[in-house]
Amino acid sequence: MAVNYGSKRTVVGAHYGLRDWLAQRVTAALMALFTLLVLGQVVFSKGPIGYDKWAGIFSSQWMKALTFTIIIAMLYHVWVGMRDIWMDYIKPVGLRLSLQVFTLVWLTACAGWGIQVLWRL
Amino acid sequence: MLEPATSAKKRPEFRNINAFTDLPSYRLPLAGLVSILHRVSGAIMFVLMPFIIWMFDTSVSSEISFGKFKGAFNVGMLGLHGMVWKLLALALIWAYLHHAIAGLRHLWSDTHHSAVTKEFGKTSALITLVLSVGLTAALGAKLFGLY
Repeated sequence: MAVNYGSKRTVVGAHYGLRDWLAQRVTAALMALFTLLVLGQVVFSKGPIGYDKWAGIFSSQWMKALTFTIIIAMLYHVWVGMRDIWMDYIKPVGLRLSLQVFTLVWLTACAGWGIQVLWRL
Repeated sequence: MLEPATSAKKRPEFRNINAFTDLPSYRLPLAGLVSILHRVSGAIMFVLMPFIIWMFDTSVSSEISFGKFKGAFNVGMLGLHGMVWKLLALALIWAYLHHAIAGLRHLWSDTHHSAVTKEFGKTSALITLVLSVGLTAALGAKLFGLY
């Protein structure tokens, strides 16, 4: 078997374990449930949906806390997925690391923006 | 006596599939199509994430920003016609639906032996495609005001 530890270890590889695999699935399930929750509130609201009803869905404290959790879950989920794409198609270590750093910056910035929107509601 | 290993005929290696010369001639089974589209749809949502957050921002922040949100699709924004923004939204609708449904199929395959037979793999792939494309068409028709 090829040596993949010590100085030969792939520095931009996965964590050689179950954690990210499981986290990807758990976060996916959380996001799917959250989708149903938001969809349910949209479908079961009475009358046409304007600004008040739509913003009202996210304005309660419990919904803010839950949405915050989902944004963090999405951050982790997308990180694992994009990292997998880079690991499958991009072989040069330097380029792969650059793309991984870009992914983290992109995702952190998006998550920060989303959380900011949430907490000024 | 066995032949020395060095004289054995070199075994063929098939490596470095060329995306342009090899992939178009490969016939991808339905499960393979669902799989690569799962990846493509995920990447689309990653790239368009700022647009998603922008929609969240403008749609919930205030009445005025809500008007801006609607205006982007009805009138246009940043010099782009409203149709372009609607098409981007439609791409996101498809990406989300396909990613979610194909993802549920993955979860099903992770937890059930019966889900990973050749037959069920094809059936569930077909169901995934029909559901995601069908729902996208239904929501797209609503988005473009067909009903």
